[in-house]
Amino acid sequence: MRSSDTCQKNQRKTRCLLLTLLAIFLSALQSAGASAETPLGSHQIPALGVAAPANYESVVMPDGKGLPKGSGDVDSGATIYARTCASCHGSKGEKAGVPLVGGRGTLDSKNPIKTVGSYWPFATTLYDYITRAMPYGQEKSLTPNEVYAVTAYVLYLNEIIPENTTLNQENLAAVVMPNRRGFRPAKDFQPFR
Amino acid sequence: MTQTPAANNGLLNRRWFLKAGAVAAGAAVLTPAMADGPWMTYPGQSPGPYGAPSRFAALKREQITLNPLGPGDGASCSPLQSLNGIITPNSLHFERHHSGIPDIDPEHHRLTVFGQVKNPLVFSYESLLRYPQQTKTWFLECSGNSFRNTFDEAPDLTAGEVSGLFSCAEWTGVPLHYLLDEVGAHKTASWVIAEGADASGNNRSIPMSIAQHAIIALFQNGEPIRPSQGFPMRLFVPGCEGNISIKWLRSLKLSPTPAQTREETSKYTDLLADGTAQQFSLKMEVKSVITSPSGKMQLPAKGIYPITGLAWSGQAPISSVHVSADGGKSWAAAELQTEPSPFAPVRFRIPWQWHGQPAVLQSRATDAAGNIQPTRAVALRKQSPLVIYHYNGIQSWQVDASGKVRNALI
Repeated sequence: MRSSDTCQKNQRKTRCLLLTLLAIFLSALQSAGASAETPLGSHQIPALGVAAPANYESVVMPDGKGLPKGSGDVDSGATIYARTCASCHGSKGEKAGVPLVGGRGTLDSKNPIKTVGSYWPFATTLYDYITRAMPYGQEKSLTPNEVYAVTAYVLYLNEIIPENTTLNQENLAAVVMPNRRGFRPAKDFQPFR
Repeated sequence: MTQTPAANNGLLNRRWFLKAGAVAAGAAVLTPAMADGPWMTYPGQSPGPYGAPSRFAALKREQITLNPLGPGDGASCSPLQSLNGIITPNSLHFERHHSGIPDIDPEHHRLTVFGQVKNPLVFSYESLLRYPQQTKTWFLECSGNSFRNTFDEAPDLTAGEVSGLFSCAEWTGVPLHYLLDEVGAHKTASWVIAEGADASGNNRSIPMSIAQHAIIALFQNGEPIRPSQGFPMRLFVPGCEGNISIKWLRSLKLSPTPAQTREETSKYTDLLADGTAQQFSLKMEVKSVITSPSGKMQLPAKGIYPITGLAWSGQAPISSVHVSADGGKSWAAAELQTEPSPFAPVRFRIPWQWHGQPAVLQSRATDAAGNIQPTRAVALRKQSPLVIYHYNGIQSWQVDASGKVRNALI
């Protein structure tokens, strides 16, 4: 009985010692940052982002993705342009400083003129820029139909599309700009596609 | 006291001031206890809520240029010639806005990260403040900085008026890759399309290889970033043209291709002499400018002056800066007054003995990747005429016999 008691006591002692050692080992691990539950001193991201709307969009891409539904033709574009754009850009997009038209064939000259017609590689850029940044002073005031129409008018002024064109989310990206092949990535540039 | 010449036309050994200082220290004497001025005879102003510089040393931004068609489209330059060290005070940081400075209530501002991600997420300003942040001393340079020296005539300008579309601050914010991890960015998303919440909705496509080093900056030199720098939050992409560090950041779209926005096609592209254009030349070049003596200054008398300036590179830390007082015929290594580090400018200096003769002061920076700042002629040769982006030619300041300093195109 006695010897059994002693034995049990000894066993308990050993068990106790092992547990203590384990606890010390674990706390050492924890202070070394090895535990996934470390409350202090880690670089854990708090993950406070909340779900974004599934249909969120911010930009129009060169393949037409991101374009809203809508359409507009050259004629109605001319009317909107006269009302909201002509005061800065000139009635036919010709005003120096902010020209939208002209300059074809000048890019390799001593006086290159960069316009939508001479320089811009993608028609979708016109939609993206007008809808976010124009008209100056009344930014984001045009409806999608109005933006399609103004885009059509500016492309018509540059003789890129005929007068009877109606542009929409299906056909805008198919418009081929004169300087489409005029750009290349900078020399030291890797991930270009 | 020996004055060791380090290069022609009066450039002295860069250690000369140290030696001279040691001698002068022994000659100091106590002045009698008396008032130097009325300010020693009555109490000064009480502590106040937000400080202002001395009325004797108030500085201003320069060359404030506004588009007559819309004054929200404009720029202002840091007065580089009046600053020392490398930090630009917040009120003097250069500005370039395309449609003015929006007055954003951070409670109503959101950042949406979406596109090629597992979980598109929205972040508030308050939530980003709780993320782990990093603090970086990084320069910001407008792609068009120093464009006034790309023209044929040399305008009579200060260092800030020529090259002050350049500033440096201590930026603190959330590393972008934390948010990219949280949304679960797809491996195919090799571009980030960033968009601002200003009226121009400025947007740019940034290759992931570059964007992964960016932070969402929330603090500028310790205080919340200024509205003119993107309050409540801006993207900060170190070493790259300022336009891609989108201010008032409201969305980041992850995409396999660039968006070809107006700012990366019509603008901020480099038209070459053959009529083709380079796109996405984002990293800023190795560059330096002597900030003193510099344009519109007047040397009062013959004697010793410190030549000091700033050097930086978006490619690698600065490794050395050389200075010439004879228009580039002979060069001497300048002392680096600050520790070079990635995307931080260095302050350099070298003493100069002006003998009252004409001189042309130049500085030439070299970075750790071996890039050397080119002469003006070489820098201009790269591009088509009228292209003003990424100009990094050596700046020349001409000193005439009367001590007047003028911008020169050499």
